[in-house]
Amino acid sequence: MEEHVTRYVSEEFKQPLPPPADNAGIIGTARKNLFATPLDAAISLVTLLVVVWAVWNLLGWALFDAVFSGSDRTACVATGDSEVGACWIFVSSKFLQFIYGLYPDPERWRVNTVFALLAILTAGLLIPSVPKKGLNAALLLGVFPFVAFVLLTGGRLSFSGGQVAFFAMLAAFGTLIVVPSRSDLDFERPLMRAAAGLAVAAVLALLLSAASSRAGIAFLGLRFTAFSLSALVLSALSILSVASAALQRGGGGRVAATALLVPVLIAAALAVLSVDFGLPEVPTHLWGGLLVTLVVSVTGIATSLPLGILLALGRRSDMPAVRLLSVIFIEFWRGVPLITVLFMAQFMLPLFMPDGVSFNQLLRALVGVALFSAAYMAEVVRGGLQAIRKGQYEAADAMALSYWQKMRLIILPQALKLVIPGIVNTFIGLFKDTSLVYIIGLADLLGTVRRGFNDPNWITPSTPATGLVFAAFIYWLFCFGMSRYSIFMERRLDTGHK
Amino acid sequence: MAEPNRTVRSTNAGSEALHEVGVELIAVNKWYGEFHVLRDINLKVKRGERIVVCGPSGSGKSTMIRCMNRLEEHQKGTIIVDGIELTSDLKKIEEVRREVGMVFQHFNLFPHLTILENCTLAPIWVRKMPKKQAEEVAMSYLERVKIPEQANKYPGQLSGGQQQRVAIARSLCMNPKIMLFDEPTSALDPEMIKEVLDVMVGLAEEGMTMICVTHEMGFARQVADRVIFMDAGQIVEQNVPEEFFTNPQHERTKLFLSQILH
Repeated sequence: MEEHVTRYVSEEFKQPLPPPADNAGIIGTARKNLFATPLDAAISLVTLLVVVWAVWNLLGWALFDAVFSGSDRTACVATGDSEVGACWIFVSSKFLQFIYGLYPDPERWRVNTVFALLAILTAGLLIPSVPKKGLNAALLLGVFPFVAFVLLTGGRLSFSGGQVAFFAMLAAFGTLIVVPSRSDLDFERPLMRAAAGLAVAAVLALLLSAASSRAGIAFLGLRFTAFSLSALVLSALSILSVASAALQRGGGGRVAATALLVPVLIAAALAVLSVDFGLPEVPTHLWGGLLVTLVVSVTGIATSLPLGILLALGRRSDMPAVRLLSVIFIEFWRGVPLITVLFMAQFMLPLFMPDGVSFNQLLRALVGVALFSAAYMAEVVRGGLQAIRKGQYEAADAMALSYWQKMRLIILPQALKLVIPGIVNTFIGLFKDTSLVYIIGLADLLGTVRRGFNDPNWITPSTPATGLVFAAFIYWLFCFGMSRYSIFMERRLDTGHK
Repeated sequence: MAEPNRTVRSTNAGSEALHEVGVELIAVNKWYGEFHVLRDINLKVKRGERIVVCGPSGSGKSTMIRCMNRLEEHQKGTIIVDGIELTSDLKKIEEVRREVGMVFQHFNLFPHLTILENCTLAPIWVRKMPKKQAEEVAMSYLERVKIPEQANKYPGQLSGGQQQRVAIARSLCMNPKIMLFDEPTSALDPEMIKEVLDVMVGLAEEGMTMICVTHEMGFARQVADRVIFMDAGQIVEQNVPEEFFTNPQHERTKLFLSQILH
């Protein structure tokens, strides 16, 4: 018998040993998990039989009974009592249409170029070992959209005088935001105050010009109303006074250059969009298939994340007006179904636009989808923001970081990492929801496939199933890709500790 | 001791002479809702002075030092830090925070950044220091708190004591004139308290202006110029440590000391 021990001093150091081996290996795992008890064994066997039966039937439909050769519906119609499975020749003969829709044949290289650029730039941004992430992001987010727009539509946009004045006003405000954040120029200098006043005056002039309708003044080959022309002039003066404020300050040449950065970029973008590159115009109603799906989902994804982040920050802001506006925006867009949003984009958006400004159908769908998913994204991001402890905010405050530095460097990197699953969830939902644009007459991938069902050449009992399985597979490929990448990113960003 | 920023500091010597007072609180009052958490606080801390603030929990000592860099807002009275009055003016607040370092009870290191990045972040973004120089400064302070070899690890890989020493180094990288410590050892395992206190003693011996909320009475005896005892939102008693511990005057102080010094 052992005695009760009251005194003990360890005499030897116990060496670490490997764990016991009886649970290792495939057989060990199977025994432990599948055949631990007779009931477990029975359940496992029954399940196995069901799986085998299901896979056998699926293979029969997709491979053994499927039609792989032929040129029209006759090949896919059952003759006698033999069963016909998937009608793959429907997919292969319509494949190009599923990708491009009715995009004219000789111009399809433009779509291919856009796809290739998108793939290369996205891969460059997503693969961690590729260098020059900053340049890559600038190309993807700053340059690619314009290149893609010109390539896909043909460019040659013509702007009205009012629109040019509107962009000039945007440039003036951009300058007023960028310059003080990049330098020590602030609004205590008279020239900066003058610039702000001029920009506000430009907004007023634009509002007045939207109310008046006579575009009678010709300037730079464009027709302006008196108000829109003055808006243009006021904006230009605002930018110039920021630049001269920069020059007035000793050694402000570099700052003056930043002052002109925003206007130059906006002017360059307008120039690219309006220059004639000799590409025939392809109207958006000819676009279709995977092209439309990708255009809608990629723009939706690219705009909803930054917009969602801003809304989430706005909803947690200390400023009541900002908070209220963010709440109203989020609750409005979250509260209505996407179908309603798309219909509203089609019928209501034109009501809010000044005369002469009209958007095409695809653009309306893009705006609708982007705003809709931004509202969802905002709530996902807000969840992440709430998970960050107060101490992190305080530590950032205590070291004198500004609000935006604090958010960008400390809070958002942690918050976004926490909600990667939610963000990707929203992306995947958005990607699949793009199929709803079918309702307002746009032919996305699913829409194009469904239109194919009505083709008299291909009406057979197995056509719809085949087409839908094909479309589902394409959606699944993209969504699964996003899902795997998000898991990869979560692991990579995990510094393991809170 | 490596002190890369000594030169920067000496250029400020002229203005420092102008205000001998580091922190001044004049009739400061603060409420949380209905609760009167700071009641008519008057306190003057001279440059180079080391103050230890103690008192039971809920006595407002943390709130008081958090008002000194405006992590908390006071509703009445005047707080002047480094010659700048703290109001709702964001610029003034930022100016004060540049010069005032703070060490928290729960370290509050940024878990997504390495130790070195934690230390260089504020110098790079707030002081606009070139990255290379910021890293040199950070390494010199990490050496001073005796953990340069951890520079490329993440905070979660360090022990509590190491994390707190990093937090101190991180504050020092901004070359602050005043350091605030909010219960820096309360969240540590007993065996790690000494390593943190050693760093703080070293800092005190170099003449840093320090205001420490702590219950480490040994530390108070060793380095404090003055001990302040707070209770129910007011300063009840203050004295030099020797007198404070051997000859407390107020009943509350006597009770408090009898409870923590067994």
